[in-house]
Amino acid sequence: MANLTREETLDLIAEVLEVYPEKAKKDRAKHLAVNDQSIEQSKKCITSNRKSLPGVMTVRGCAYAGSKGVVWGPIKDMIHISHGPVGCGQYSRAGRRNYYVGMTGVDTFGTMNFTSDFQEKDIVFGGDKKLAKLIDEIEQLFPLNKGISIQSECPIGLIGDDIEAVAKKKGKEIEKPIVPVRCEGFRGVSQSLGHHIANDAIRDWVIGNRDGDDSFATTPYDVAVIGDYNIGGDAWASRILLEEMGLRVVAQWSGDGTIAEMELTPKVKLNLIHCYRSMNYISRHMEEKYGIPWMEYNFFGPTKIAESLRKIAAFFDETIQANAEAVIAKYQAQYDAVIAKYRPRLEGKRVMLYVGGLRPRHVIGAYEDLGMEVVGTGYEFAHNDDYDRTIKDMAESTLLYDDVTGYEFEEFVKRIKPDLIGSGIKEKYIFQKMGIPFRQMHSWDYSGPYHGYDGFSIFARDMDMTINNPCWGKMQAPWLATEAAEEEPAQARA
Amino acid sequence: MALRQCAIYGKGGIGKSTTTQNLVAGLAEAGKKVMIVGCDPKADSTRLILHAKAQNSIMEMAANAGSVEDLELEDVLKVGYRGIKCVESGGPEPGVGCAGRGVITAINFLEEEGAYEADLDFVFYDVLGDVVCGGFAMPIRENKAQEIYIVCSGEMMAMYAANNIAKGIVKYANSGSVRLAGLICNSRNTAREDELIMELARQLGTQMIHFVPRDNVVQRAEIRRMTVIEYDPKAGQAQQYRDLAHKIINNKNFVIPTPITMDALEALLMDFGLMDEEDESVVGKTAEAEAAA
Repeated sequence: MANLTREETLDLIAEVLEVYPEKAKKDRAKHLAVNDQSIEQSKKCITSNRKSLPGVMTVRGCAYAGSKGVVWGPIKDMIHISHGPVGCGQYSRAGRRNYYVGMTGVDTFGTMNFTSDFQEKDIVFGGDKKLAKLIDEIEQLFPLNKGISIQSECPIGLIGDDIEAVAKKKGKEIEKPIVPVRCEGFRGVSQSLGHHIANDAIRDWVIGNRDGDDSFATTPYDVAVIGDYNIGGDAWASRILLEEMGLRVVAQWSGDGTIAEMELTPKVKLNLIHCYRSMNYISRHMEEKYGIPWMEYNFFGPTKIAESLRKIAAFFDETIQANAEAVIAKYQAQYDAVIAKYRPRLEGKRVMLYVGGLRPRHVIGAYEDLGMEVVGTGYEFAHNDDYDRTIKDMAESTLLYDDVTGYEFEEFVKRIKPDLIGSGIKEKYIFQKMGIPFRQMHSWDYSGPYHGYDGFSIFARDMDMTINNPCWGKMQAPWLATEAAEEEPAQARA
Repeated sequence: MALRQCAIYGKGGIGKSTTTQNLVAGLAEAGKKVMIVGCDPKADSTRLILHAKAQNSIMEMAANAGSVEDLELEDVLKVGYRGIKCVESGGPEPGVGCAGRGVITAINFLEEEGAYEADLDFVFYDVLGDVVCGGFAMPIRENKAQEIYIVCSGEMMAMYAANNIAKGIVKYANSGSVRLAGLICNSRNTAREDELIMELARQLGTQMIHFVPRDNVVQRAEIRRMTVIEYDPKAGQAQQYRDLAHKIINNKNFVIPTPITMDALEALLMDFGLMDEEDESVVGKTAEAEAAA
């Protein structure tokens, strides 16, 4: 199906908005836009980071999800306490595919749930004593932990517990960092504020821990990878390329990360930011306080990888720049073969995306490398600086949708009829039942990695096996099938 | 007669607990079966009835036992002067936890354990200070107290608090059966106090049900952890509390209050000379600056 013109897309938005009551229509209209590449600042066309309307289906998370689930949770050698009632921690336990190495329960704790399991009496009398006791128990049972973070659930903020005082006192006692995080779920409009709060906690309780300590031997080629959560091993696939270029990756945040790496980050020469949305705050802080430059990079698909490798190399000397070229050349045969194999099968296929932090724009290049086209994209919890970065990557007159509602997304899909949707688990089965090939772009549908050249091979294979899966030709309900269609399987049986 | 549930509200320090216990003693003396439910973390709503410092509270005992489900009614219910039943919700030390949730938990516990099913004529909830959060509004929600008495005096802040409490009652009155049953004036010996409170009551759409004069015998009784009626039944003040008790027994004046605006309240205070006509020229001026002028 041909792509919609600007007018057709505007009409589509107007038509979809039609069912809303007046006030909701006015509000939602600001979050839906037709891409216009001539606009420099996205605030002229789209509104973001606002409270979702009651009554619509939004897939946003909360501040606790942003801090515990995204930023802090993957720091593998720390124990992250879900402080409050048991549910928040238990129902989010091991929910993201942050791969890590280590012996879970001994020196790493990524997939475990630690909670203060608040009861009625803890609400009434306060939970500080229980928290202190919990820290003692953790220290006794898991002595190889390298620190503890306290992830506040809603009641902590309501009853005014002084978790900072407990953190300071117990931190001195056990001589390890204990980080209180005020990421109560009711704060802010989405998980995005949780990322910010978590970054602030890193700034206040971790980043300065090794100020004045020069015992760590640095090199001119030290970098940190920030905002790679190692979903399905993404960070590992990225790290290979940086190391082959001759850079030393001192720290990796926070997928497969450690507190020691975080503490050493202010010693590096360059911070490399993958997920800008969730980690730009701490990168800016390190730029201000330590003068460390930071840059955003994109390791999805060979075009963007080469672009990023060259951009990173430009921060260093000619050796590194030559190495970058060598790395790109080394993998060329590999990715050319991937493109040669899959591009003919995927050419011209149209994709709609709706994801979180960086993927609604970062994966566009990878699809384009395979001859595919992204015709609609949107973020759950972006701010306008994310849309600023998106406008140029999206084709003219494509559809942008911020904090899209279940209804809007379905209606857009019905009209645009994409060949593939990339979104999350909450969307997956609805669209599959509508007969549309679907990939989860949060968890890589239990596949991955998708970053780096290694990841691109897997990405291409996954898109192909989803879109070209023979099941999509069998979507006709038996009672709706015509006689001719019925005969065919009969013949096949015979 | 059917059980009547009453809640006593009013500004902090106005004498709610003292007034409640003295009037409850009056009701008991008149042969009524009464229970007091203290809704204050300080747990001092029953000391004059029990001759005790502070009764073990529901929340405190629940914390020791593990959870409130581990408690039995007889663990928390004490019986004092003339068979008055006493319970305290209790709650945290100042500055920690959530006292409001403690009140909610305690009252739910009493309901589930059937504390109100016993042979009772009156339940009195003695609630701390202002209605600062949902927890302290618990006694006036559906199926709890239907009659609210506000203790106040002729002081500006006490009247301000009374008006605020009336606002809280309106919120729940429209969705339930709670009604304002009257103002109890606990005198601070300010000028024309009775007239002032009667006028405030009129504007709120209610009555001043009784004017309790100031008398040192109340303090003397308190030192002995007793109500006046028990300590010195012949004292004039004892009769005042008896009168209040009888007025409450016979009270039929239950209304949805009509809280007044801040301007109306200030106008009332000015009429009674408690407040001067607003002089804009002094706003924001220090004593030093005024002296210099």
